[in-house]
Amino acid sequence: MKRALVAIKRVVDYNARVRVKADKSGVDLTNVKMSMNPFCEIALEEALRLREAKQVEEVVAVSVGPQQVQETLRTALAMGADRAIHVSTPAASDPATLQPLAVARALAAVARREEPGIVLLGKQAIDDDCNQTGQMLAGLLRWPQATFASSLAVDAAAGTATVEREVDGGSETLRLKLPGVVTADLRLNTPRYATLPNIMKAKKKPIESLSTEELGVDTTPALQTLQVVEPQKRKGGVMVGSVKELVERLHGEAGVI
Amino acid sequence: ISSLVVVEHRNGALTGSTLSAIAAAARLGGPVSALVGGEGVGGVADSAARVEGVDKVLVADSPLLRHQQPEPYAELLASLAAAAAFTHVLAPGGTFGKNLLPRAAALAGAQPAADVVEIVDADTFVRPIYAGNALATVRFTAPGPRFLTARPTSFKPAAAARAGAPAAVEAAPAGALAAMAAAPAAAEWVAESGRDGGARPELGAAKVIIAGGRALKSKENFALLERLADLLGGAVAASRAAVDAGYVPNDLQVGQTGKVVAPELYVALGISGAIQHVAGIKDSKCIVAVNTDAEAPIFQLADYGLVQDLFTALPELEQEIAKLKKQG
Repeated sequence: MKRALVAIKRVVDYNARVRVKADKSGVDLTNVKMSMNPFCEIALEEALRLREAKQVEEVVAVSVGPQQVQETLRTALAMGADRAIHVSTPAASDPATLQPLAVARALAAVARREEPGIVLLGKQAIDDDCNQTGQMLAGLLRWPQATFASSLAVDAAAGTATVEREVDGGSETLRLKLPGVVTADLRLNTPRYATLPNIMKAKKKPIESLSTEELGVDTTPALQTLQVVEPQKRKGGVMVGSVKELVERLHGEAGVI
Repeated sequence: ISSLVVVEHRNGALTGSTLSAIAAAARLGGPVSALVGGEGVGGVADSAARVEGVDKVLVADSPLLRHQQPEPYAELLASLAAAAAFTHVLAPGGTFGKNLLPRAAALAGAQPAADVVEIVDADTFVRPIYAGNALATVRFTAPGPRFLTARPTSFKPAAAARAGAPAAVEAAPAGALAAMAAAPAAAEWVAESGRDGGARPELGAAKVIIAGGRALKSKENFALLERLADLLGGAVAASRAAVDAGYVPNDLQVGQTGKVVAPELYVALGISGAIQHVAGIKDSKCIVAVNTDAEAPIFQLADYGLVQDLFTALPELEQEIAKLKKQG
């Protein structure tokens, strides 16, 4: 296959503790460390392995968002992607309002241009936790989808991908006729770190710029966020000194056993 | 208002999460239709017709839906939503609903709301973001059906057997079935594997959950949790680390990207309490943590914390609980 297209998202680092703004307008991202979404890293790693196994010739990373997503695209290039595409969103728009439908429409336009044999995405972004973009992209392209992949085997010659997916009841195995969309779950692989030589090489790799405007994608959010608040805090707990005390209190106090 | 709820079913029975989605739909006001898709689903349709709050059951019985694949199913759903003037389309939160609903929404040109935990009004919903560390109130502003998945633990399930006559059951309209038949080829279903039903309750419905982390050290040690779970009529769950280590299969994983649970009692043994795990258990009524590390973040969340080695705590727990049962 000519290429694997990997969509990645720049999100809050998974270790960061986020605070809700006092005015309830959203989450406070000032000075918070941003990173490539962990599931996107896994998707990218899988694409790189496909290239190493000679199932695809090149790996193209794409991200939709403001100027800063180029940092994340540079990381993708440093991990080993061959080239990157930045689809910029209007300067005035708040990146926090960018929603899966708009992203999927932008990615569909890119996919029609790039004609990948496979599109890989992370199953969900750890900021909005939507778990929608891959499925929506597959619908817009009318391509088969395999979400929550825990293993992927591509047969480029046959034009198929066999995917094992993690589902509520266990796992399910599907075979897709490519081109198709696969979203990565946690156990698909363990992503590599970008090595220093690759970080240096990445500076020379191209990042192509497109915009949602030129792709004809409206990024106005269809779901308007009215407020963001912290969940109710649980009442503080107590430490117990023994199992005996624990069981007594679970029975007598909490009434749960 | 007119809602369509996609029924998730396994082995001929509606899932508990479906009953929660039906309850959520009923809260919107307006009639509730249940869509049953699959092959040979007459029995499922009859069960759906008996659920409290269901006004009509629409059936799409076709070999194309033998494995309820999203590619044909999404075309059916999108077509139905448009043609039959449904204002709301709901699916249960869970891997089935999450796989299907967004694809259907995209076909309908709609942005869906994922994992809704509260209904404010017909256009306004609350959903968790940042692993549940924040709750966003969102409002649908565009015209067209509102697509959403409902988090099962947030909506008390509708009764499976209502008093009174069952709802009418009819075939889905021909136009929607035609759209489904014209769908591009689905991914080919090859196989599935899972734990056999077993006597233990499903994680989403369990009143008691005994969960283990990497500290359990082996698959065999998880049997110790099973003993405790059986004593309390509960289910066994695990942190991501325990699943990654291969001690238990993935469907036991609880957390931000695994299952979200809200039992009466959640006992976390040897689980540190990372943000991603806590996201899946925060709505539990009572949380107990047992860990040798007094600094483990789980103790900040737990209602009762015990600093002790789980391998000594487990037999003591079994003993004390057995004693309690004898007294009671």
